[in-house]
Amino acid sequence: MTMNNTSVNVHQLTKKFGNFTAVDHINFEVKQGEIFGFLGANGAGKTTTIRMLCGLLLPTSGEAWVHGFNINNDSEEIKKNIGYMSQKFSLYNDLTVEENINFYGGIYGLSSSSLKQRKEWILEKLSLIDQRKAITGEIPLGWKQRLALGCAILHNPPILFLDEPTSGVDPISRREFWALINELAQQGTTIFVTTHYMDEAEYCNRLSIMHQGKIITIDSPRTLKEEYDKATIEDVFISLVGNEERE
Amino acid sequence: MTELAVHVENLLKTYGKIPAVSDISFSIREGELFGLIGPDGAGKTTTMRILCGLLSFNSGQCKVLSYDVQSQIKEIKKIIGYMPQRFSLYPDLTVSENLRFFADLFQVTPRDREERLNRLLKFSNLEPFQKRRADQLSGGMKQKLALSCTLIHTPKLLILDEPTTGVDPISRREFWEILYELKQEGVTILVSTPYMDEANKCDSVAMMHRGKILAIDSPENISDLFSDHLLEIITDELINTSNQLKELAEVKSVQIFGDKIHVTTEKVDQTIMEIRAKIPNVASIRKIEPSIEDTFIELMR
Repeated sequence: MTMNNTSVNVHQLTKKFGNFTAVDHINFEVKQGEIFGFLGANGAGKTTTIRMLCGLLLPTSGEAWVHGFNINNDSEEIKKNIGYMSQKFSLYNDLTVEENINFYGGIYGLSSSSLKQRKEWILEKLSLIDQRKAITGEIPLGWKQRLALGCAILHNPPILFLDEPTSGVDPISRREFWALINELAQQGTTIFVTTHYMDEAEYCNRLSIMHQGKIITIDSPRTLKEEYDKATIEDVFISLVGNEERE
Repeated sequence: MTELAVHVENLLKTYGKIPAVSDISFSIREGELFGLIGPDGAGKTTTMRILCGLLSFNSGQCKVLSYDVQSQIKEIKKIIGYMPQRFSLYPDLTVSENLRFFADLFQVTPRDREERLNRLLKFSNLEPFQKRRADQLSGGMKQKLALSCTLIHTPKLLILDEPTTGVDPISRREFWEILYELKQEGVTILVSTPYMDEANKCDSVAMMHRGKILAIDSPENISDLFSDHLLEIITDELINTSNQLKELAEVKSVQIFGDKIHVTTEKVDQTIMEIRAKIPNVASIRKIEPSIEDTFIELMR
């Protein structure tokens, strides 16, 4: 079993598709309340890993625990304990802001009293109170992004998976978004984030870089830049993953 | 005098009552690599589609390589290459079949076709993959193939709408290297991106937000528009320190960046002294150069 303050614990996790090894014996731990950046080129194995950690795909071998639940046996428990937000914000554009929240409340099986309480908290926290009756399709992208985050944390999950959460959003909204993420982490939510954008990687407490199914390095952005003697995480990434033609 | 590849004056485009592009003006010199930088909804795509003659507009003037967009669009279409955000490659055709298809579409003569095809395959590093179906390519390779298809009729002006969105950093860097090569050959390039850091790769950038251009200049000059100063603070107590910083008189804004805090202020020395005097847990303070994103945020406000 995992220790109390370990939120995600991955041990020799492997996934093969036929002859192709998408994820190759990876090991790492994410602590509770940590902002953990999960980097890699397209096809490195990030999505496969996340799908296994979210209980959507079984590994070929190895194990992982998410909030203490084993991905091989307890995938239903895992789904209740994680929030997931992707770049493509799965929101209903023809519903109002409030109706979208209600819809997700139904999916997560919240009681009507706890839905009411969580909804008010989220609308206030994300500064969406004045927009509650607005049609989702008509609000600016930065607000949609906040709403998508709100829906992902409606059931108060201890672990939040963010898949390229801020693509295309204006820079002020983006900074406000990261301020919220920092606040959630401060309150103990573990943040697991993938991004292609290296300036976002700099906001993480710790980063891993995945390449051809393996985790090739893992540390804080500051330590990685010192260790590889590079000015930016992008330069670290390029020097490690290389310029070879990839499949 | 250098010729202008693009000249836009007081362009206005509305969708119903909503202005998508409100009264913008800019020019691109021949051979320039010009970036349109801004978030989604800024008006980048609308501007590009107008320049390609794909969209009408309310008022203003647009010239592309001295042809008028409204009256001489047929001339323009022969000499521009437009790569939209979702470029339509044929997924069940191979790399070289896609290129041949676009060669036919743009009426490239059979005599020129093979030579150009080989040149583009080399240039995009897609030669080893020419028999691979387009749907079997990685995201970065698809973008390179789309660019190659856009180049098949050797356009003088390339208009690329967010070619690097969703592409990993290595493929992005490779894509920009290809753009530099094209620039060397004299091609004028108009490229849009939502990513502020890519502004630094352009000769000139126009920063767009909500249909307006906030600033146009070289990336270096744009950074100079940032009038405040930026301090980077390192501390082990991020949240406490950032809350304390917000209370200080000379501090204008406070932002946590991973394991550091950024503070904007008008008075550097005074602020540093104040932080040293009032906040004990600060490991280091230094003045840093603002990024393009810092400048963009200041211009937005």
